[in-house]
Amino acid sequence: MISARGHNDSDIKTILAKRGLDGNSAFWTERIEQTGAGDVERALAQPAGRYNLDRLVALVSPAAEPYLEQMAQASRRLTLQRFGRTIRLYAPLYLSNICSNSCLYCGFNKNSRSQRVRLSVEQAVAEADIIAADGFRDILLVSSEDRQYVNLDYLAELVGALREKFSSVSVEIYQMTQAEYAGLFAAGVDGVTLYQETYDRATYRRYHPAGPKADYDRRLATPDLFASAGMRQLGLGALLGLADWRLETLALAEHSDYLMRRYWKSQVSFSFPRLRPAHNVDGLQFEHPVGDAELVQMITALRLCFADAGLVLSTREGAELRDHLVKIGITKVSAGSKTSPGGYSHEANATEQFQIDDDRTPRQVEEMIKAAGAEPVWKDWERPTAG
Amino acid sequence: MDELVIAGRSFGSRLLVGTGKFASPAVMAEALEASGAEIVTVALRRVDIDNENDDTLAAIDRDKYLLLVNTSGARDAEEAVRLARLARAATDIEWLKLEVTPDPYYLLPDPVETLKATEILVKDGFIVLPYINADPILSKRLEDAGTATVMPLASPIGSNQGIKTRSAIEIIIEQSQVPVVVDAGLGLPSHAAEAMEMGADAVLVNTAIATAAAPVAMAGAFKSAVEAGRTAYLSGPAAAGRQASASSPLTGFLRD
Repeated sequence: MISARGHNDSDIKTILAKRGLDGNSAFWTERIEQTGAGDVERALAQPAGRYNLDRLVALVSPAAEPYLEQMAQASRRLTLQRFGRTIRLYAPLYLSNICSNSCLYCGFNKNSRSQRVRLSVEQAVAEADIIAADGFRDILLVSSEDRQYVNLDYLAELVGALREKFSSVSVEIYQMTQAEYAGLFAAGVDGVTLYQETYDRATYRRYHPAGPKADYDRRLATPDLFASAGMRQLGLGALLGLADWRLETLALAEHSDYLMRRYWKSQVSFSFPRLRPAHNVDGLQFEHPVGDAELVQMITALRLCFADAGLVLSTREGAELRDHLVKIGITKVSAGSKTSPGGYSHEANATEQFQIDDDRTPRQVEEMIKAAGAEPVWKDWERPTAG
Repeated sequence: MDELVIAGRSFGSRLLVGTGKFASPAVMAEALEASGAEIVTVALRRVDIDNENDDTLAAIDRDKYLLLVNTSGARDAEEAVRLARLARAATDIEWLKLEVTPDPYYLLPDPVETLKATEILVKDGFIVLPYINADPILSKRLEDAGTATVMPLASPIGSNQGIKTRSAIEIIIEQSQVPVVVDAGLGLPSHAAEAMEMGADAVLVNTAIATAAAPVAMAGAFKSAVEAGRTAYLSGPAAAGRQASASSPLTGFLRD
């Protein structure tokens, strides 16, 4: 029986199965559709910032759409209270686009004809120097599933070199083992971002037909591995466009709630990656496109359930929309991003993972943040390693 | 002259101000000025303590304000001790607000790790001002370990809920031999005045000033409230009662 209530010590696979949130559940679709204005008003009257599934159902429902301005204002107030008038900045550094997976939406799909590049540690450091020169102190290392080359030894060496210039290093790479994550943590990595892509099993199978990533359950269990390895920052997300965003949001919240209870010293953040045109996938029609209003509803609904979660927005989104979203709940943005390996030193050489939509320089984004009445924060944590 | 004395140093102001969450270093500097504060806290996680050009540090006049660096973000004693030692290796910092907050959501202080770190840091020669839950026994243990103050929370940090831990803070004030600085959760000047009326030696405010619509004016409001609360405390407040007590119906006969 599907239930929204009750905590247990089950793993996330069991929790999602029990709640009926790992599939395109008719139960939840119906409940979301049956939600009325009264439910939304009750959800909004509850103290902002605390999660329960019933409340989130109301906030992501179509019935909440007329309350979007009210949700955005509450989200802004809460974000201001918890994070202050600040926006954190980071930049991604792509290491490799050689991939053993075949995710249909991705420019790095092993089956697509692409300009393949992997950076040596020296080349990666040279890219990082350009990023550091722009003022960044928080760097996100991104790589395709290039396990032979971008392995623990490679990453540990690179992170060791980067720690001089960057106060915080995170990774968004293929799934590793717990021991590998522990190795990364020891090398100085503070956070791992790993999207489930979609929590819907059937959709997951369809978009990830082959390669190590094809195993839904293994991917779902991976955040436990890096959280238990000590990572401070746990980045979660679903690719928006693959399945119904309302159901994805519920599953994402359950996953987050589970991780927060179990790994209580780590902070969960959410990203909102709307699928973008990518090399060789232009013809792909995503079945569940997420509009701007829906994106705002998702961001504010999650904020109203998770007061202290980092909400991250990349340059996938356009400048105008980003200018608005930093005022209603987003706490961290990238700027000046290049999404191909070597992209900072050489314009448009290797294939990008996706096309970016906000091509402003870091300085321009910094000015935008100031104009929005917030302080751009380049450094938010530096692990003390000696002393 | 009614001065606040911490670790042998005198201060005219009993309002300590945090420097996080402001829209810009310029607004922060103006708010500090308006608050009359003489002690300001800075998070080591945010600044480059050895860089004079750091935006935040450059906006704080070190001749005017005592810089109280904090270890926010430290998840255990080891991290806090390392942060403190690294800061001191780079500068002449010796005043330290010790924060060990393993839970990134409510940022509640870990009592076990805080005591452990205090014992190490006091031996290292730091002047330690520990952020703690409102726990009277922990306060005494920290005092025994040699802290310069205790800083119990009024309610979870940044929550603006006011003094939710009143009865425990009353005990801490009653028992403490070091200054009691009420920290965290003070959302309004009236909350700060309430803490001072209770006999707190000082208060620390950040979010309520930094995220107000007019931070500089709010800083001034907190300044006045702290002064009013302190004056009231020193003036021996009249006892509050439920009714007027005009006559003595039961014992009046004794005076007849």
